[in-house]
Amino acid sequence: MDLRFSEEYESFRGEVRAFLKEHWPLSGAEAELPPAEQAGRFRERATAAGYLYRSIPSHYGGAEQPPDVLKATVIQEEWRRAHAPGEMRGIGPSMLVPTLIECGSEQQKEKFIRPTLRGDVQWCQGYSEPGSGSDLASLQTRAVLEDGEWVINGHKIWTSGAQHADYMFCLCRTEPDAGKHGGISYLLIDMHQPGIDVRPLRQMTGSADFNEVFLNDVRTPADWIVGKRGEGWIVSRATLKHERNMIGSAEQSQAIFDRLVGLARAERPGGPRSRDPHVRQGLAEIEGYVAAHRYSGYRQLTQAARGRDAGMAPLLNKITSTNLGDKMAKLAYDLIGEQGLCSPSFENMRAGRGESGWVGQYMWSLGMAIGGGTANIQRNVIAERGLGLPRDRAADQRSK
Amino acid sequence: MNFGLSEEQELLQETVRGYAANECPASRLREIFDGDALHDETLWRGLAEMGIAGLALPERYGGAGLEMIDLALVAEVLGHAALPGPFLGHSLAAQAILLGGSDAQREQWLPRLAAGDALGSVAIAEAGDRWDPASLELRLEDGHLSGEKGFVPHASAADVIVVVLADGGLALVERAADGLKIEGVEAVDRTRRVEHLTFERTPADPLAQAAGARLRDAGLVLLAADAFGGAWRLIEDSTEYAKTREQFGQQIAMFQSVKHKLADMAVEIEPSRGLYWYAAHAFDHLPDEAERAAALAKAHITDRFMQVARDAVEVHGGIGFTWECDVQIWFKRAMFDRGFLGGPVHHRERCAELAGW
Repeated sequence: MDLRFSEEYESFRGEVRAFLKEHWPLSGAEAELPPAEQAGRFRERATAAGYLYRSIPSHYGGAEQPPDVLKATVIQEEWRRAHAPGEMRGIGPSMLVPTLIECGSEQQKEKFIRPTLRGDVQWCQGYSEPGSGSDLASLQTRAVLEDGEWVINGHKIWTSGAQHADYMFCLCRTEPDAGKHGGISYLLIDMHQPGIDVRPLRQMTGSADFNEVFLNDVRTPADWIVGKRGEGWIVSRATLKHERNMIGSAEQSQAIFDRLVGLARAERPGGPRSRDPHVRQGLAEIEGYVAAHRYSGYRQLTQAARGRDAGMAPLLNKITSTNLGDKMAKLAYDLIGEQGLCSPSFENMRAGRGESGWVGQYMWSLGMAIGGGTANIQRNVIAERGLGLPRDRAADQRSK
Repeated sequence: MNFGLSEEQELLQETVRGYAANECPASRLREIFDGDALHDETLWRGLAEMGIAGLALPERYGGAGLEMIDLALVAEVLGHAALPGPFLGHSLAAQAILLGGSDAQREQWLPRLAAGDALGSVAIAEAGDRWDPASLELRLEDGHLSGEKGFVPHASAADVIVVVLADGGLALVERAADGLKIEGVEAVDRTRRVEHLTFERTPADPLAQAAGARLRDAGLVLLAADAFGGAWRLIEDSTEYAKTREQFGQQIAMFQSVKHKLADMAVEIEPSRGLYWYAAHAFDHLPDEAERAAALAKAHITDRFMQVARDAVEVHGGIGFTWECDVQIWFKRAMFDRGFLGGPVHHRERCAELAGW
């Protein structure tokens, strides 16, 4: 075990710093460009230099670097210090791209990966339906092949970002006689066409991040299917795995925790709340979980780099992260006191500032426990796949 | 960076695991747990022959020359097996003499401790749940001790006891020393029994360095590791039980209330593996972080272990509450791990203080 940054990595850190110093922020005429354009140009240079999209083949717009947990950590640390734009976030880069790399055709990879990584196209995920939530494989949206095109009819729900999306990756029933899981295919759909009706869903938070999407005779080319007909369920497992890792990221928990400590230590009449023994205990208890989560991540990455299984640890990332989100939001809510009577602000939450941002966190942490597989479904998966407990066969039979 | 175990470390755990399975099966564990003996010579002798008694001592003193992480990995396996014996107190005594002893004191004790020819222990606690060196009052007066120490592991079997003094000073007391009185305690954890010491002008040999705080940190790491191993054992045993016990015509493991409880036990424990690894690693390599990392790991994992132990009793139902059921053995190890060297509240407050909150 060696957590030290050896000389080799310290010199790598020097290279990263020098790169950042030269390239971010942009200078001269480029500094006048719109922020998104600036970030895009910077990302391209950082990728070419080998710092972003390290696991993506260079042919598709990545840096194609050998996996190196420590280099990735150094890059992350230096990026944070410089407040430089990192890899594009969102469901496209984090879920669709890894799925295409694993299961996509050459043509699909060529067409979609590069623009998705650049942020030129946005994606949404067409999985859940009104009658198919936790029991996702019972989904009913149909796709039929007609004259070299898929014709799709159905109703998707909880579709985050559908209102901004250029494409949807969508699970549809294409083999009605093939049984519950074996009848599903994974299709890519252009969102800019007639027959797609996006209706926003207002959440308890007041904002509308997700939508219902109605699909009426929507069309997509026959070869925009990822994997073979009837393999959609297996293909989608690849993405769900990535979503769990994304939401379960320990860095996010660490960042929220750092802000929570800042909130507790803020000067206020009567002294900072962090002098209160109850608050000190709460913070230290949460930090135990945050640190455990982080080291578990290091261990999983080390195992992955060695080509070895990390046991059940990867199954725990999402629920650990949402449990932590819950604990931190509750303590923060105690700390902000009367400001908790105000409406949430998600702008502030994402920017990590202000009491109204914490009200947002208080509600949004609940959404995190539901999206991407509810905490209770996670518990089933942990119990069955992690601990080897028997599957609930009766539930499978009921929903056949 | 490499946050994983080496092949040697995996082999070390495998070897100790095999030893525990062969030499201390459930029947033997139960015999010791229910018996009256303070110390089981045979089990400890076997561990010493494997080099465990001097695992983290330098080779020049007859040790294996390994580090705190290796010692902690062994502690995890012993916790998993609930192996009865003096590993904790002995390992801490050896570390204390290594960290605080003069060359002569090291020469005198470490080779014998490493070989298992002498048994060590540590005397730390003073009345009022005081474990931290900063809160202790016992002092050496012209080479003698007068006062009391509580909860000393296997004291009457130990050849040498490292006594922690005010401000983290350390002194050695030999078992045969004048004025040393040892009284048994009805200890809850019958796999690691403790006794009370009274000193009446007892001669003691002060160690050269005040290494009491380092001794504490080593103890916190080893308790955290023990708790991690013990908690996993309870998850495994509860899982097995849920698969075999039938009610309402099916395995109770089919009920989501049981399934989810077992899943939550795993969620609470498994990620904390790296927390004790990191604390152990920091002990030897990251002096600025070592103290806080040890406190955080001990508070977190021993607290989780206790809750998992309560959950394990619940999963087992009525049988889980009986003396006959082995769950109680780990339940009581959890009580020891949680309380020895101070509870989670104490160490969380130290974490807050050390962070400047």
